[in-house]
Amino acid sequence: MKKDSHPARTAWLVVAGLLAMMLLFAGCGSDDDSTTGGGEELEKVGKSEGEVNLVAWAGYVEPAWSKPFEQKTGCKVNVKIGGTSDEMVQLMRSGQYDGVSASGNASARLVDGGDVSPVNVNLVPNYETIFSDLKDQPYNTFDGQPYGIPHGRGANLLMWNSDDVKPAPTSWGVILDPKEAAQYKGKISAYDDPIYIADAAVYLKAHEPDLGIENPYQLTQEQFDAAVSLLEEQQPLVGEYWSEATKQISSFASGDSQVGTTWQYQYFLLQEEGDPVAASPASQGFLPSEGATGWSDTWMISSQAKHPNCMYMWMDWIVSPKVNAEVAEYFGEAPAQSLACDHTAQKDFCEKYHAENPGFWKRVYYWETPLADCGEESGDDCVDYNKWVQAWTTIKG
Amino acid sequence: MTTEAVAEKRSVGRRLAGLFHGRPRLQVGALLAGPLGWLVIGYLGSLALLLVAAFWTVSPLSGELDKTLSFESFEILFDEPVYRDIVVRTVTIAALVTVTDAVIAFPIAFYMAKIASRRMKAILVVAVLLPLWSSYLVKVLSWRTMLSADGIINWALEPFGLTGPEFGNTAVWLVMSYLWLPFMILPIYAGLERIPNSLISASEDLGASPLTTFRRVILPLSFPAVVAGSIFTFSLTLGDYITPRLVSNNQFIGNVIYNNISTNLPLASALALVPIVVMIAYLLVARKLGAFEHI
Repeated sequence: MKKDSHPARTAWLVVAGLLAMMLLFAGCGSDDDSTTGGGEELEKVGKSEGEVNLVAWAGYVEPAWSKPFEQKTGCKVNVKIGGTSDEMVQLMRSGQYDGVSASGNASARLVDGGDVSPVNVNLVPNYETIFSDLKDQPYNTFDGQPYGIPHGRGANLLMWNSDDVKPAPTSWGVILDPKEAAQYKGKISAYDDPIYIADAAVYLKAHEPDLGIENPYQLTQEQFDAAVSLLEEQQPLVGEYWSEATKQISSFASGDSQVGTTWQYQYFLLQEEGDPVAASPASQGFLPSEGATGWSDTWMISSQAKHPNCMYMWMDWIVSPKVNAEVAEYFGEAPAQSLACDHTAQKDFCEKYHAENPGFWKRVYYWETPLADCGEESGDDCVDYNKWVQAWTTIKG
Repeated sequence: MTTEAVAEKRSVGRRLAGLFHGRPRLQVGALLAGPLGWLVIGYLGSLALLLVAAFWTVSPLSGELDKTLSFESFEILFDEPVYRDIVVRTVTIAALVTVTDAVIAFPIAFYMAKIASRRMKAILVVAVLLPLWSSYLVKVLSWRTMLSADGIINWALEPFGLTGPEFGNTAVWLVMSYLWLPFMILPIYAGLERIPNSLISASEDLGASPLTTFRRVILPLSFPAVVAGSIFTFSLTLGDYITPRLVSNNQFIGNVIYNNISTNLPLASALALVPIVVMIAYLLVARKLGAFEHI
């Protein structure tokens, strides 16, 4: 380098080059091939293509049941774990995967984007015996057409430390009503996800009927603002927002959290460890009086699937009685397959998780994607998911 | 191998050598093409692509990217007070961590560089580097255990009627200061090593008190090293999002980027510009203070 060259000048050149590149890329807005409607459903399951590429929640595709599947069908299973629903949607949009275990807050987005195809349930023999209250739901069936095979479900429960929280609460008010919640300041545990706004909506649906909330995932601006302001009042009282189950387990075990929203998985795990925890009493059908949010996952097939036969074989395999029992127990959720309850290792597993209790699930609002378009009458005046994400940032502050 | 083949080979080598002979620019260019290509295409290119996304928008209906020029994400950043709070919080904690680490690191580095015996010096260098051998996550999670309500810190403070910090900004400050301390000690140690002992002796001979020697000789000479270390601690704190998530409820810039990256890439990209701008400003000040003079 020559003596008279200035490092500053070089730096500016690099910055200028960077800016030029940015403008270049920003300018060429490529016209995206916007596919709508998805592909066609399969007519007949043919021969194995030799492999299948899946996007799944951690714990849904494990060697214990994917290895026997490979031996039986000759389809090698490649799995990519998705951390969140949002990430799964991104992965499916890449077109490199055959199928996905989508939660209700991803499925509508996938159908809307044309990323998944309808499922021909006649090609999935085990579909027949799936719990009927899981079929034909707004998050797995669109325009009367099934788009997936139900995998399992869970509810978001209210859990509390029975040594510290007395008397046993029966309502979400213990963590959502500003006055009641104040006595547990710093000990409240809340789920760290924009979808948690729906929990506030479930509470408001019961306690403020004037708002007229029907579906906690389809909120008008007014209803949405009410739910958000409830959570903003809750925020200073929250000891911890959790997103990983292990994080919540450790704070309940150490006493940092005393009451909050949880999954059945954490509750039973803490109980097994001998910690003094209780979840919403059984007399209430295990849920607070308002009901609760929950999730129900669905296996969907990509509209660009390169191995559709293997994907259909997988969808049938994962809801076969024995495998569905295995995966439900491994993950800690209620199986979708009604015959699975005969195959669980713990005899009372289905009872504990209320798998065969439709009355329990009637009061669970399964996660859905909040969309701007919420039904014909109200038009496009609901708050869409992007706004939920932004509001969540504001709530946490 | 036949002699012709050897001759053939040699002639290719010769020709290449001939090509480069007397052309210093070509020599340097060929040498730097690989690393510079990596820097420009792999590193700056991907950075540029990310930043370009800040000028796009997301369609609310399908959630797909609308790749036309727009400033919507920046408007959100400037209009919503919550983002200002998050930026201020992140930068404040980063500054606090930097000051804390500088204050703790200086005496340790000074002892290592000027006082410790050769053996002690080796032991201390290993002791400083040792925490870097264990996983970052393990360290943060052990702090989480220590800081929890029935953790060791509260247990130790209890006899004195005190309680340790709860999960929150204080906890983040503590854990970050712990995590990045080695990155402050090592540059200061290197900087102090470079100061000749004769300068300190000369200062003493001229009648300066130890404090004056420190203030007028050691500190000015080692200050660039402190600034160099502060670049590490400041930028590492600025970019971290796992520690805040594990030991507090507070959102830092990284947390908001993480939350938005899959649903609203433009907003995440616009936010990603904030630490870049802060760091550029910081580096310009650091350059003025002479942090890069010995690199």
